[in-house]
Amino acid sequence: MEGSQDIFAESIVVRFAGDSGDGVQLMGTQFVAATALSGRDFATFPDYPAEIRAPVGTTFGVSAYQINLGARPITTAGDAPKVLVAFNPAALRVNLPLLEDGALIVLNTDSFSARNLAKAGYSKDPRESGELDGYQLVEVDLTHMTLEAVKSFGLSKSDAGRCKNFWALGLVLWMFGRELEVIEDWLGKKFAKNEQVREANRAALHAGHAYGETAELAAAMPHLKTDRARFDPGEYRGVRGSEALALGLAAAAELADRPLVFCSYPITPASPILHQLARMGDLGVGIFQAEDEIAAACAAIGAAYGGAIGVTSSSGPGVALKTEAIGLAVNAELPLVIVDSQRGGPSTGLPTKTEQSDLYLAVYGRNADQPLPVVAARSPSDCFETAIEAVRIALRHMTPVFLMTDGYLANAAEPWRLPDLDGLEPIRTRSLEAAPGEDGRERLFDRDPATLARPWVTPGTPDLMHRIGGLEKDIRTGHISYEADNHQAMTRLRARKVELVADFIPDQTVERGPDHGRLALVGWGSTWGAIYQAVRQIERTEPGVSHIHLRHIVPLPKNLRELLERFDRIVVPEMNNGQLATVLRDKLGIEPIQFNKVSGQPFQVRELVAFIRKTLAGDQASNVVPMAQGERS
Amino acid sequence: MSAVLTARDFASEQEVRWCPGCGDYAILKAVTRALADVGATRENTVFVSGIGCSSRFPYYIESYGFHTIHGRAPAVATGLKLARPELDVWVVTGDGDGLSIGGNHLLHALRRNVGFKILLFNNEVYGLTKGQYSPTSRPGTRSPSTPSGSFEAAVSPCEFALGAGARFIARAIDVDKQGLGAVLEAAHAHQGASFVEIFQNCIVYNEDVFESFAGKEHAAERQLHVEHGKPLVFADGARGLAFNVATMSLEVVDASAEAERVLVHDETNSTVAKLLISMKEPDFPVALGVIYRKPAKTFEQGFYSSHATGMKRTAKVADALRKTSTWWVG
Repeated sequence: MEGSQDIFAESIVVRFAGDSGDGVQLMGTQFVAATALSGRDFATFPDYPAEIRAPVGTTFGVSAYQINLGARPITTAGDAPKVLVAFNPAALRVNLPLLEDGALIVLNTDSFSARNLAKAGYSKDPRESGELDGYQLVEVDLTHMTLEAVKSFGLSKSDAGRCKNFWALGLVLWMFGRELEVIEDWLGKKFAKNEQVREANRAALHAGHAYGETAELAAAMPHLKTDRARFDPGEYRGVRGSEALALGLAAAAELADRPLVFCSYPITPASPILHQLARMGDLGVGIFQAEDEIAAACAAIGAAYGGAIGVTSSSGPGVALKTEAIGLAVNAELPLVIVDSQRGGPSTGLPTKTEQSDLYLAVYGRNADQPLPVVAARSPSDCFETAIEAVRIALRHMTPVFLMTDGYLANAAEPWRLPDLDGLEPIRTRSLEAAPGEDGRERLFDRDPATLARPWVTPGTPDLMHRIGGLEKDIRTGHISYEADNHQAMTRLRARKVELVADFIPDQTVERGPDHGRLALVGWGSTWGAIYQAVRQIERTEPGVSHIHLRHIVPLPKNLRELLERFDRIVVPEMNNGQLATVLRDKLGIEPIQFNKVSGQPFQVRELVAFIRKTLAGDQASNVVPMAQGERS
Repeated sequence: MSAVLTARDFASEQEVRWCPGCGDYAILKAVTRALADVGATRENTVFVSGIGCSSRFPYYIESYGFHTIHGRAPAVATGLKLARPELDVWVVTGDGDGLSIGGNHLLHALRRNVGFKILLFNNEVYGLTKGQYSPTSRPGTRSPSTPSGSFEAAVSPCEFALGAGARFIARAIDVDKQGLGAVLEAAHAHQGASFVEIFQNCIVYNEDVFESFAGKEHAAERQLHVEHGKPLVFADGARGLAFNVATMSLEVVDASAEAERVLVHDETNSTVAKLLISMKEPDFPVALGVIYRKPAKTFEQGFYSSHATGMKRTAKVADALRKTSTWWVG
């Protein structure tokens, strides 16, 4: 029987929030596992502080995990949560402004002490001040109930208290009518050797679930329901961007039948890729944790020189350090993939927050004329395909390639229909062997006419001994050359090599909407989900609005200019101050309208919808919008 | 399968472009001779360098060569050894390249014990950029950037290497055909990182900076060629090194009068190595030869033995995708 307070919706946004040490991230990932098996579509967004364990109870130590789940295609983690589970007053205070009107708030009342209220900056208890009027409150003495539930397992008080995320998870799973088996399976595997912890968490999970059931009898606990989503037939799993990216690199290595050497220096939010690959040794993957960012890039170049697939990975500050080495790979014409997991900047900036502000760095950010291809992933599962594409370009064209991702994609998760790997084209490379009696070195720089790539000749190849390096080389022999005409020709050749990549990439298509019309939103990277959803929402009332999303940024697809000219207005929403807009002006000579958000948070669908409406209503002739308009007040 | 190679076979056809009289010529000759003597093959030998006069070296060797960027040769060579542990890799660097801009990489290559030879040409000056003082320049060095003399303390390359955890430390003089040749062969035979400091004369910007001990007329008095298991003597065997327990330091003694006090070289003793490396003229001779050698597990050995499959592809990505729980639709 459904009570009046029950929530039934096409999709529901849930947010868990607490101290860094409350286990909120784990609770989120486990909730996702149960959601996935229930047949709902979902997208997640972990939003955690830079501090590992910030002082307990403070607003800056609040860690959150948001999940949007439901029946319709879910492409973002959702704008405004409909459900908040707050483990303490600070979590309530930080997250309250994000919530939908009338949202359901589950509060851990045990944490609402005078001290914790003061730490959160509350002068009065918000439960009594009227601040929470209009919200649906479920107050649970969560800590106390957890301690009760696990007291027979003999854990210390602090260890026992740590089970409260599983208690809360049990309650939320009850609200959604989910089974507990998948969580129990996970506990069984994770704590296979620690029966005490395993059983205590299992008991907490069941206690939370039972609490929901008991409270239901008193009509005090709402049900939360969404329909199942309609998925294309196939085998699915949940995947985070960092996992998909690591798997994509491994898949590319398999397609090229070469080992993968991944060289990285720890940095947020790029490190999860290193951790993922460290466990993929049996896929022919080796990882090297270098002494610094420069060494990581150089070691990847050394590995590529030896014939492996060299990949280096970092975030903005680290990529900045790698730029000289990237130039070496450009000049030596060695394949290299540079993964940039972008974060808020400049300098150390906002390490755990997301941004798209390294596009200039990738496209323009090196000394001298040194073009190189740039590709960008759009969603967690798309990291897989884009990683393969980056390696494919690097090996086919013998060039470093930038693979752009960001902090949102690194940590966000979604369901993923597993790709058919047998259907992927092998990655072919071109080597060289000297015929008996031939001086094969005359052919070391015989370039493939379609790509202008040189053959990949690695040490150990008999009779082809030669030298490569950072000095300018003769266009025919590869020897050092300071000749004026030769440098001009080599500069042209390097540019042409990158231009020729365009012959190998598909024409740009439209993600959603007509192929001509009043307005096209042109995005790149992790804004895909929000832009797609905005167009989906607006298309019924505002026809002629389309979404175009770029995977290839350097070079751009050949038909892009022609495609964009079919729209009256081009809007470029970006989580930076207008970097793709600059590239489009530069490469296509068009004048896009910018919509920029640089807050460390992803776009919300409603922000985009509002901007589209405003733009459509505006002066037809004007297509220059002050940047301030893009910022939220 | 192939004929025995000579030193000449390891000389490339490239025109050598060091200044006439540069110590690098002698080193190049010694290296090509050593390559022939140890039976190296051209296709499996790789020279990796950074930037500076010394880093031109790969162009002149008939092998594979990679002239990389300033200071980063050890990092590039580490990636190469990781991917291709069977290759015979030599890193050529200088005092600026290896100890200033690339000091961090040198430290970690030595600490990790990556299996390549590191030849550090020390001439105590930046040659390619026209004579500025370097991190090994002695205090008081007058140069374009220190017209009134440098005031910084100098780094001692071998002391740095020892502190970094190097397992092979040797020293030689560019023009000392025999001494340098022996050191290069020993460096080649060593498993792991072999660090070789070569005193190299920059004829243009720092001429004769090592003359006080490298000059022929001072050789006997100022050079001590160490050899494992042999007494530490110099000056044609007239003087030797003894350990003064009271001052915890070395002292020079009459090798016949105090023969029983003369130390016998133990190349596995890092304390003795430290004392030998730190000896300063004019009170002491300069120690040359293999000063420290104590092999340990190499980086490549560690990498491949700790790797799940020794870098072999034994599983399929299609299965790896399904390592987590999956579900079917439709």
